[in-house]
Amino acid sequence: MSATTSSDPALTLAHAFARCREEGRAALIPYVTAGHPSPEVMPEVLRMLADEGADVIELGIPFSDPLADGPTIQRSSYEAIERGVDMRWTLDVLATFRAERDTPVVLFTYLNPILRYGVDAFLRDAAAAGAQGVLVTDLPVGADPELEGAFAASPLDLIRLIAPTTLPERVREIAAAGRGFLYYVSRTGVTGARQELKDGLAREVEEVRAVTPVPVAVGFGISTPAQAAVVAQVADGVVVGSALVDRLGREGVEGARALVSGLRQATRRTADGSAA
Amino acid sequence: MSSSAIAPPTAEVHSGRFGIYGGRFVPETLVTALDELVAVYAAASVDESFWAELNELWRTYVGRPTPLYRARRLGEAAGGAEVYLKREDLNHTGAHKINNALGQVLLARRMGKERIIAETGAGQHGVATATACALFGLGCVVYMGEEDIRRQALNVYRMRLLGAEVRPVSSGTRTLKDATNEAIRDWVTNVRDTHYIIGSVVGPDPFPRMVRDFQSVIGRETREQTLAETGRLPAVVIACVGGGSNAMGMFHPFVRDTEVALVGVEAAGDGVDTDRHAATLTAGRPGVLHGCLSYLLQDEAGQVAPAHSVSAGLDYPGVGPEHSALKDSGRATYVSVTDAEALEAFGKLARLEGIIPALESAHAIAHLLRDGARWVGRGPVVVCLSGRGDKDVAQVAEMTGGA
Repeated sequence: MSATTSSDPALTLAHAFARCREEGRAALIPYVTAGHPSPEVMPEVLRMLADEGADVIELGIPFSDPLADGPTIQRSSYEAIERGVDMRWTLDVLATFRAERDTPVVLFTYLNPILRYGVDAFLRDAAAAGAQGVLVTDLPVGADPELEGAFAASPLDLIRLIAPTTLPERVREIAAAGRGFLYYVSRTGVTGARQELKDGLAREVEEVRAVTPVPVAVGFGISTPAQAAVVAQVADGVVVGSALVDRLGREGVEGARALVSGLRQATRRTADGSAA
Repeated sequence: MSSSAIAPPTAEVHSGRFGIYGGRFVPETLVTALDELVAVYAAASVDESFWAELNELWRTYVGRPTPLYRARRLGEAAGGAEVYLKREDLNHTGAHKINNALGQVLLARRMGKERIIAETGAGQHGVATATACALFGLGCVVYMGEEDIRRQALNVYRMRLLGAEVRPVSSGTRTLKDATNEAIRDWVTNVRDTHYIIGSVVGPDPFPRMVRDFQSVIGRETREQTLAETGRLPAVVIACVGGGSNAMGMFHPFVRDTEVALVGVEAAGDGVDTDRHAATLTAGRPGVLHGCLSYLLQDEAGQVAPAHSVSAGLDYPGVGPEHSALKDSGRATYVSVTDAEALEAFGKLARLEGIIPALESAHAIAHLLRDGARWVGRGPVVVCLSGRGDKDVAQVAEMTGGA
């Protein structure tokens, strides 16, 4: 196996965000659960995301007890595990995708599947399979310096989260440790589609952007192109998860294609900063 | 008032780890709330007025100190051992859980949080939390798996009588693990005005050490009472272990008394060689669930394995991180007892001593009956009777075809 992907300067998270900046838009970062809606169509799902213009793909490795996730991703994770999806399967499907497309991929998961696989083995195999980053929802900054050190020494960018409850001093600490991009959680709570974006989001994102050189993406609760358009005015990236997982489950790849296409259109910034 | 009721104030800064175990593996949204809890608990720990208020509640509201009872007929049945029962079943609400619930409600008041959430398995922690909330006029939501709601209907009704909202959890195995997931999701969402009262020595720091400190009143009283009654320390203390709060509360004041053996009894369900058990320390391996690193029942892919026990309170695939450290160091020993053995002990204690134990506590009794003979002549054997069995009577009648 080669790790050429991670040394290819064109295939990094930094490059993906830089290109979006040049093009005057926010990065579109769709989330999908590995093996959902079925293991068989997963390669097609990933190709569709790349072809519809996803800038970075978040690929969820399902965990049995996803306590940061709402009902939609809980269900997709449960169904995927029932069908035999695990870390090894996910890395294989990623390697297949990497041979076909060059959209950067961030693996999104919880700590236990990584610990069971072996941290060093995971970092090695994930890079070899073509991942550019990893996001571990239950590994906050400072939780385990030794473990975090192993991530920091790997070619993968460890994506850190900042929450609305994170205090300013800690925001600076997280921002300083940020690699790839920072993920701003738009509201307290679990993942899941919401009807409304909250007031004050623009100001909160601006406060994070002011203290970090890395791009800031916003996620949790963004479900429609209209909402994505609003977030795209203030953030470097827009993460859409549950709404896409829900659409994939109900309408399959083609139904989801329409949503992704609409979201991609919505990430363009207007000259006056208003939603397109 | 017994001096043992006063917790030893300590200002030591705790790392949040027990050896390699413990820690704080949670979503970022909870970090600030945990920092606040650490700070508030550190201040309360050394504040005599905090402990005075809690001790007063324990004494006048809970009924502490609980008796240490010499169980002669049980001792004879256990091969002639000198057996004592620490009667946590005589606490108000019927189990040890109230010790911790009151302590944490006092902390929630210090933090100005007026909404309380909890998870519950057998319902004893839910009832204790609902009780403490009623006492202080706080809103209370209890998450409980649908399977546990079915087998613990009495406690569900008690919680509702006490003014709590019981929210059924239908995900996963519909038991304690899933109720805990749902409580954590609620906390992530409502963290600004809500305190989460975890019922056992599990979860992210500071919960394992904080719950242990509140439950350590069990072991402090036991130590003092055994000395007063027999002039010596116990040869062994025995307690059941699900998450492990009554065991940790019993063990902690004896950890430095190296001549006292510490024995935790896990639920072996249908047997630890089957896939239907909850013997985490016996058959699990280290992993992260609910915010801490500890022994965990899990499969090859790191997915949490479903636990099984006849006892809803022991039906949990994780265990407190301090127990994991005590196991690895060899300071405590962990054994397991099957559903069938626990059910037999449940009936035996009722007939021998006129005490109907909780199914959880019946596991500790079952181990005593099996292992008591080896302690004959070696000193007092103390079993923590963590709760009473009223809640289990309907379930046992159903399982055994009526009494």
